[in-house]
Amino acid sequence: MTGGHTSPVLGVPAGAPAAAPGFDFGAALAGAADAARKGAWRTDRDAAFPADAVAALRRERLLGALVPTSLGGLGLSLADIAAACCALGRACSSTGMVFAMHQIQVACLVAHAGDDQSGDPWHRGFLEEVAGRQLLLASVTSEAGVGGDIRTSRCAVVPAQAAGGPADRGRIRVEKAAPSISYGRYADALLVTARRDPEAEPSDQVLVVARSGDCALDRRGEWDAMGMRGTATEAFHLVLEADAAQVLPTPYGEVASRTMLPVSHLLWASLWVGIAADAVERTRAFLRAAMRGKGGAVPAGATGFAEAVELLQLGQARVQAALGRYALGAGSGDVLQVAGTADVNALKSGISDLCLQVVQRLLHVAGFAGYRNDGEFSLSRHLRDLHSAPLMVHNDRIRDATAKLLLARLPQLGIG
Amino acid sequence: MASAATLDGNDTVATLRSILRTHGRLATPPEALGMDADLFAAGLDSLAIVNVMLGIEEAFDVELPDRLLSRATFSSLRSLDAAVAQMRAGQA
Repeated sequence: MTGGHTSPVLGVPAGAPAAAPGFDFGAALAGAADAARKGAWRTDRDAAFPADAVAALRRERLLGALVPTSLGGLGLSLADIAAACCALGRACSSTGMVFAMHQIQVACLVAHAGDDQSGDPWHRGFLEEVAGRQLLLASVTSEAGVGGDIRTSRCAVVPAQAAGGPADRGRIRVEKAAPSISYGRYADALLVTARRDPEAEPSDQVLVVARSGDCALDRRGEWDAMGMRGTATEAFHLVLEADAAQVLPTPYGEVASRTMLPVSHLLWASLWVGIAADAVERTRAFLRAAMRGKGGAVPAGATGFAEAVELLQLGQARVQAALGRYALGAGSGDVLQVAGTADVNALKSGISDLCLQVVQRLLHVAGFAGYRNDGEFSLSRHLRDLHSAPLMVHNDRIRDATAKLLLARLPQLGIG
Repeated sequence: MASAATLDGNDTVATLRSILRTHGRLATPPEALGMDADLFAAGLDSLAIVNVMLGIEEAFDVELPDRLLSRATFSSLRSLDAAVAQMRAGQA
């Protein structure tokens, strides 16, 4: 027996205290997670957007967490955001995913437009608004007819016509058939990829930051899925009109490889670890309950429980290490990110499969108590939510890309 | 594709253009690129670079050392041409 040992910490520990003075990150996160936890069952049962949890995130100023303090945000680190994704994932997967996806968009703007020297005024002003008004940002990268490759667009940025007259200089228009915009209906702004202009190559993409008021969103499909049921990942036909200034100057290819891709994989992995961690705690509670009145005898299934925790510890250590190696906004140097991209790709495909395996083993331990949709030991939502992980982006696609990257360069292997 | 032994300067650049056409995913057709044209501005990204790198290693039968796996090397046809010349001289 392991008497005298402290419980192994599950999840992704937060880093140093927040940069904003007087801000209690732990309390803020606990408040938001509490709201998320209270709404989790209903969010799942009704495929309802977790509005109360998102309201709590706004109240606690967490939507502006990544924005630098100089622009009115909390100035938290990406590691702090990862810890928040994990904590929210323990409470409600859908809330955690909405939060993660929002922070990915904020990260792109902070990394490529938040700088005093190189940032452009419109996007810096927009980041101030994200922090000041706690705007919720959504992503519109996928496109009908393109397949899953987000580095290819059919739609393009075109000059906007002023009501039947000549092209309105300074105004642009994008029309896009978007098969999946997570919480698009509830977002305050959308970050939309499109070809730079009608003559541009499919991979010559830019990112347009459009407010919801700039967009006409015509919903074409509903979201009724196995898991992540509160993410409202609906299909839309999107038409936006905006100022040319709203186009992010940095080419989207650079935004994607330096920021969007690595941050997505790091935050999703942290979220998935959180979901699995909650499943571990429920199964532990199930086993403890099964022990009562049996004189402290270790219940059947304890071996499987130990195995599941082993696996989760492997995974969370991997996520922690990867977070330590990534610096938001860095990497403007000369070195290509071949090994780095392979590393975060492998993180995504590895942790997605691992967390799903953890909960599958836990279900084996918890039996029918875990199989039920209701009750304190239910693992149904966790399992269904984690089934999304190997599919968003499909791990086959990821591993194809990773294999090529690994042939070119290996990430650091070995200890020390 | 011509073997490494028969390639001279002009053929090197032609081969590089061919590799960029197949793997580069550039906004500008490689034939239209000047020797000093910025390949990143033309759309070269991290995944395309890997394909270009593997193409170069295969076409010229060389191995790119770590110090040449940089944005500087892949920034233009001229820098790629110079890198290939360096590697072939080192392996002569």
